[in-house]
Amino acid sequence: MLRYTFRRLLTAIPTLFLIVTISFFLMHVAPGGPFDMEKGIPPEIKKNIERVFHLDLPVWQQYLEYLWNLAHGDLGPSYVLLNFSVAELFRIALPISAWIGFWAMVFALVLGTVLGVIAALRQNRWIDYVVIAIATFGSTLPTYVTAPVYQIIFGVLLRLTPVGGWGDGSFKHAIGPIIILGLPQLAIVARLMRGSMIESLSANHIRTARAMGLSEYAVIVRHALRGAILPVVSYAGPAMAQLITGSIIIESIFQIPGVGRYFIDGALNRDYTLVMGTVVMIAVFTIIFNFIVDLLYAVIDPRVRYE
Amino acid sequence: MKTFKSQLIICAAAMALMAGAAQAGGTWNRGENSDIQSLDPHKTSTVEEHNILVDLFTGLIMPDASATASPGAAESWTVSPDGKVYTFKLRKDDMWSDGTPVKASDFVFSWRRLLDPATGAEYASMAFPILNAEDINGGKKKGEELGVKAIDDTTLEVTLKGPTPYFLEMLTHHAMFPVSEANVTKFGNDFVKPGNLVSNGAFTLAENVPGDHTKLVKNPKFFDAASVQLDAVNYIPTEDRAAGLKRYKAGEVDYMDDFPGEQLDEMKKDLGDQVHMTPELGTYYYIFKAQKAPWNNVELRNAISMVIDRDQLAEKVWKNSMLPGWSLVPPGVKGYTTVTMDYSTMSQLDREDAAKKVFDKLGISPEHPQKVEIRYNTSENHKNTAVAIQEMLKPWGFDVTFVTTDGKTHYSYLEQKGDFDIARAGWIADFKDPVTFLNLGHTGDGNNYGEYSSKEYDALLDQASTEADPAKRMDELSKAEAILIKDQPLLPLLTYANHNLVSPKLHGYVDNVMDVHPSRFVSKD
Repeated sequence: MLRYTFRRLLTAIPTLFLIVTISFFLMHVAPGGPFDMEKGIPPEIKKNIERVFHLDLPVWQQYLEYLWNLAHGDLGPSYVLLNFSVAELFRIALPISAWIGFWAMVFALVLGTVLGVIAALRQNRWIDYVVIAIATFGSTLPTYVTAPVYQIIFGVLLRLTPVGGWGDGSFKHAIGPIIILGLPQLAIVARLMRGSMIESLSANHIRTARAMGLSEYAVIVRHALRGAILPVVSYAGPAMAQLITGSIIIESIFQIPGVGRYFIDGALNRDYTLVMGTVVMIAVFTIIFNFIVDLLYAVIDPRVRYE
Repeated sequence: MKTFKSQLIICAAAMALMAGAAQAGGTWNRGENSDIQSLDPHKTSTVEEHNILVDLFTGLIMPDASATASPGAAESWTVSPDGKVYTFKLRKDDMWSDGTPVKASDFVFSWRRLLDPATGAEYASMAFPILNAEDINGGKKKGEELGVKAIDDTTLEVTLKGPTPYFLEMLTHHAMFPVSEANVTKFGNDFVKPGNLVSNGAFTLAENVPGDHTKLVKNPKFFDAASVQLDAVNYIPTEDRAAGLKRYKAGEVDYMDDFPGEQLDEMKKDLGDQVHMTPELGTYYYIFKAQKAPWNNVELRNAISMVIDRDQLAEKVWKNSMLPGWSLVPPGVKGYTTVTMDYSTMSQLDREDAAKKVFDKLGISPEHPQKVEIRYNTSENHKNTAVAIQEMLKPWGFDVTFVTTDGKTHYSYLEQKGDFDIARAGWIADFKDPVTFLNLGHTGDGNNYGEYSSKEYDALLDQASTEADPAKRMDELSKAEAILIKDQPLLPLLTYANHNLVSPKLHGYVDNVMDVHPSRFVSKD
């Protein structure tokens, strides 16, 4: 297991290197730079600014410099949010995105699993149809529709939760984003859970367990659920990475200073270092969560062994 | 009884005092268009930052509630007869928020810093009228050679390279605001962080969370602190206008400096006079590639201008959130007579008749169409404008196609003098003077994307730049605008309008063409 872990961690390095390299050059291929704007800057002044940020160097040199700094844990300065370095921005934004993303995933996993299991146990009955309807509703309605509806009902009309902003970081600011961000995930988890639970319940070992006279609780929770939850776990890994590193739409609509907003603002403003930092961070989180999923697989399913 | 009466009087007096106290104070939650890039006055460029910096810092000259240039850190000044030397007398009671006095040397330090190439200041050009400024910024001269001298702690002498009648107006720009030399020396680039920043404005920095809010609190050391009624100002970026409007309706923000134009009718119905729309010093225009055939034909440019129905653009496309634009310099500059196109007073039908004659002469008709490509930066409104113009040109024999790219790509292409037929642009004034617009047509100007060149025009602008008599100068600038309007290398389409939502709780707010609203003049119920 230790060797497997070590090997997996080692293979992550070239993956990360490739992601960084491709992203860096792709970004510099895009026309326009961070200092092109509606009000053009006189060329001499622009040269000064580019010199300050080393943008006057050839792209390959900028790339090597970026790699060198990255290897030393320096994500560089933001070209647009000039008061901050990219690392400082992440120190502020990542906990906010992670907080919302984590609770959205917990909300989705807990409620989605429960709903999926109930639907599977009551297959083709009214409760199953209700769960399918909720899942369809959650996965088809885009968040840019559900979020404004939520804001109007709970923010403007009822004034129960804030319409937007992070304010003092109190939980009431996070409720809306958590629910709206978690809703599509809940739908997916419920569908996955329902499908795999139905499959699991019809498996031979479950029939054997029932034949042996095990209680229904033991059959469902100890035997059926354990196998059925595997697809949900493998889905949850990358989904968690995505949620924790911020949702662009949710953070924009709810005006939350999270990582997702930096990514889109950074891309539009050609804030190279900020975009690169976000790419690196998302890649790292994806690798970590995939790795955790693999480990969890081994824990949950005794058939899966790596040694 | 007497005791009861006196108690009653005391109670009433206390209540009156409490009511008075309740009127003053409070926090103004200001919804701003976008996030701020920096609070360093020498490194910022956007309108949103300008609003915050006007609250944080006090320059020599400052905008008042109606954006008129008024004494700020300077209580008085004199100008030499040749218009080149300004001597400013600083207020003796102007202090930094750490209690140290604002000295003339702080201005010398600040302007040298602004012009230092190592600072990378986007708006360094604001100081270019000062002697040697441009050379210092270009690395050809040293900062010590700048034409700015601290005669003593409260006397600042500024020598310009030529008479610049709009110099005082330029001083209202945040790039010219001072920073504390001691503060910058102590913290370096981190001097702008909350807890570090020392400022001399009506407010000081308390919090700055990018993407969420920038909170300023009243500065007790401000020279006119007694007149400042707000306790705090909270700047909140509301890039998503629709979400911002919901926050306004929910009472989370008391003001928005823009709103979703497509909801204008509904907003007027719901919010009534909270919707403020007033002319702004900005022009929305198209540019012809002036040296390229067939767009080098002045007659053709004017004929195209004539068949574009600006009233329809303003009313139908922009839902009256913009005004029809017939001049490059929008109305609103004191002492300046704006020059409008001579066919602006004609009816649209008469204009079209006149244009048809030109098209016939040039052989342009639906049977023999002229291809034209319009470039614009991606935005729903820019797209709608371009489509409307396509429809307006089509009947006369123009085959209009579009190239749309994001803002960065668009302006990078224009700045690099890429090839095009017609391109979209807009210009919002940095300071209240016609040159800010008229320079767009000067030969070699970085923002002269169409590469228009007229010796007569350039000569008039150059002459105006050295003219000491303000009235004569304005006259020369008017003459220059007349040339530009006749030649039509820039095709003014619309005049920008301010779109603000202002809560009835706010008092002292004054609409103005610069859309600048210093918080020190505002109070909140």
